[in-house]
Amino acid sequence: MLASAAQVFIRNWLVYKRIWHRSIFFGFLQPFMFLSAMGIGMGTLLARNPNAFGGMSYLEFLGPGLLAASAMQVATFESTYPIMNKIMWGRNYEAMLSTPLGTRHILIGEMGWISFRLATIATVFMVVLWFMGVTASPLAVLAIPVAVLSGVGFSAGLFAFTTTQENDLGFSWIFRFVINPLFLFSGTFFPLSQLPSALVALAWLTPLFHAVELIRGLTLGRLDPVAAPIHLAYLLVFAAAGIWLADRGLKRRMEK
Amino acid sequence: MSTAAPLVHARNLTKRFDAFTAVDAIDFDVQPAESFGFLGPNGAGKTSTMRMIACSSPLSDGELRVIGMDPRTEARQIKARLGVVPQIDNLDTELTVRENLEMYARYFDIPSDVARTRADELLEFVQLDERATDKVEPLSGGMKRRLTIARALINEPDLVILDEPTTGLDPQARHLLWDRLYRLKQRGATLIITTHYMDEAEQLCDRLVVMDKAHIVAEGSPRELIDRYSTREVLELRLADGVRAALNGKLDGLADRVEDLPDRVLLYTDDGERTLDELNRRAIPVEGTLVRRSSLEDVFLHLTGRSLVD
Ligand SMILES: Nc1ncnc2c1ncn2[C@@H]1O[C@H](COP(=O)(O)OP(=O)(O)OP(=O)(O)O)[C@@H](O)[C@H]1O
Ligand SMILES: [Mg+2]
Repeated sequence: MLASAAQVFIRNWLVYKRIWHRSIFFGFLQPFMFLSAMGIGMGTLLARNPNAFGGMSYLEFLGPGLLAASAMQVATFESTYPIMNKIMWGRNYEAMLSTPLGTRHILIGEMGWISFRLATIATVFMVVLWFMGVTASPLAVLAIPVAVLSGVGFSAGLFAFTTTQENDLGFSWIFRFVINPLFLFSGTFFPLSQLPSALVALAWLTPLFHAVELIRGLTLGRLDPVAAPIHLAYLLVFAAAGIWLADRGLKRRMEK
Repeated sequence: MSTAAPLVHARNLTKRFDAFTAVDAIDFDVQPAESFGFLGPNGAGKTSTMRMIACSSPLSDGELRVIGMDPRTEARQIKARLGVVPQIDNLDTELTVRENLEMYARYFDIPSDVARTRADELLEFVQLDERATDKVEPLSGGMKRRLTIARALINEPDLVILDEPTTGLDPQARHLLWDRLYRLKQRGATLIITTHYMDEAEQLCDRLVVMDKAHIVAEGSPRELIDRYSTREVLELRLADGVRAALNGKLDGLADRVEDLPDRVLLYTDDGERTLDELNRRAIPVEGTLVRRSSLEDVFLHLTGRSLVD
């Protein structure tokens, strides 16, 4: 099973090693632009109110949250247009499926690939945060697998969605009404306590919030012993559900 | 040939898409080392049948054995021994020509040194060795088709399934492909080919079936089918529009069968010249005539009521 799935990974690597520079902007530069513009720029202004972020500097608050949000963005993008291409436009999966590979090998290979991409992005991100003096705990290393886990959840969920689509119109809808609101309202840029309590309750139901909280807790060494296991459990269930749906979706889509 | 177990054995093979039946309880057997053709107009169910044989599409009903195995439970083992050329190219456009072959070989778990050697041989076989390091996208349609065929042979398959291998190619590219397929056949490969081209079927197929509206309507060798469904010769007439409208019945009794096509009228007869004499005696003004031997095209026309290439 894994040997076959690994070939799907290798195929992506073969393509990626030629075009990796194209993904630098969204994977690395964009988050760092946010980090410096908002973390340092805004942070200076916000420093006048030292308790606004629970005793953290704005950079400390923002950095780990931005890692979680970037993982979500990369993961969702990678599971929309590129996967649609492999299903419909370029028919890559059709070609793979006329070899001994099955849909499950493909899914495992793709999820392995996105995990690798997320792991590289999260690692570089962590190193930068460490340089900026944001990381305050050895547990920060664990924020990397958490970023991968939450990213895989988003990736699998979007993958499942993509298998149901006949064109790319649905993607802009998803970005507009799901990804962007999550990006803005999951506690990445400001503490949720600023929001009405109904919205806070809503945030508890959404995945990015749990990723942000857990990654921030690990990076800064401020884990909440009650909430942390809940965040982790949520993310595990989120990823498992996404993978289950993606597995079903791909089989349904390809085996007509 | 009849003693060996068939390589593909289908009984009552059926494919439904929701309420629509694309393949309706068809029976056929493909023998080892045979070239077996599927002819039929658009939408007849050829691709649906190919996809079931290739284990890409689950059967809705009936029985199917491919290389002695059951596609429902042994798809992986069957696919390991198949070569598939799909109707629409699905080459990996992000890889080079050679990478397409070597990556595909990986999906079959072929060791990379073996894959390299085979890729070299196959690129030469389909005359693409000079394009080995090029990207796939800028290749011409004929080159892509040849690469797809080379790719289908990377695992040295026992059975090669080709869905319209030469559609859309210029005559020269088609002849090159025919030559390559003929060589494969000489080496003992079993081929299943769908096509809209009668000359292709006559050249390549030992035996074929004609499909129409999800059913098999005839089966046999090209020669047998012509003998069974057509006369020895055909007299083709081209008529001016006015003449055509005013014919009413003047062609009666001239031929065994008359086929009225948009651009010409076909008279099926055992002796074309005699029919032509008779036509002249009746003083029917024609713009052009042609006497020729019956071909598969005529069989197809008779069986499906449609001309093939539309
Ligand atoms: N995935 C699908 N969903 C619904 N209907 C389908 C699907 N695939 C094929 N069909 C229908 O099944 C019928 C047979 O299609 P098929 O592709 O097998 O025909 P074909 O003989 O290969 O035709 P062509 O010569 O045009 O390639 C067509 O009416 C087609 O619309
Ligand atoms: Mg077809």
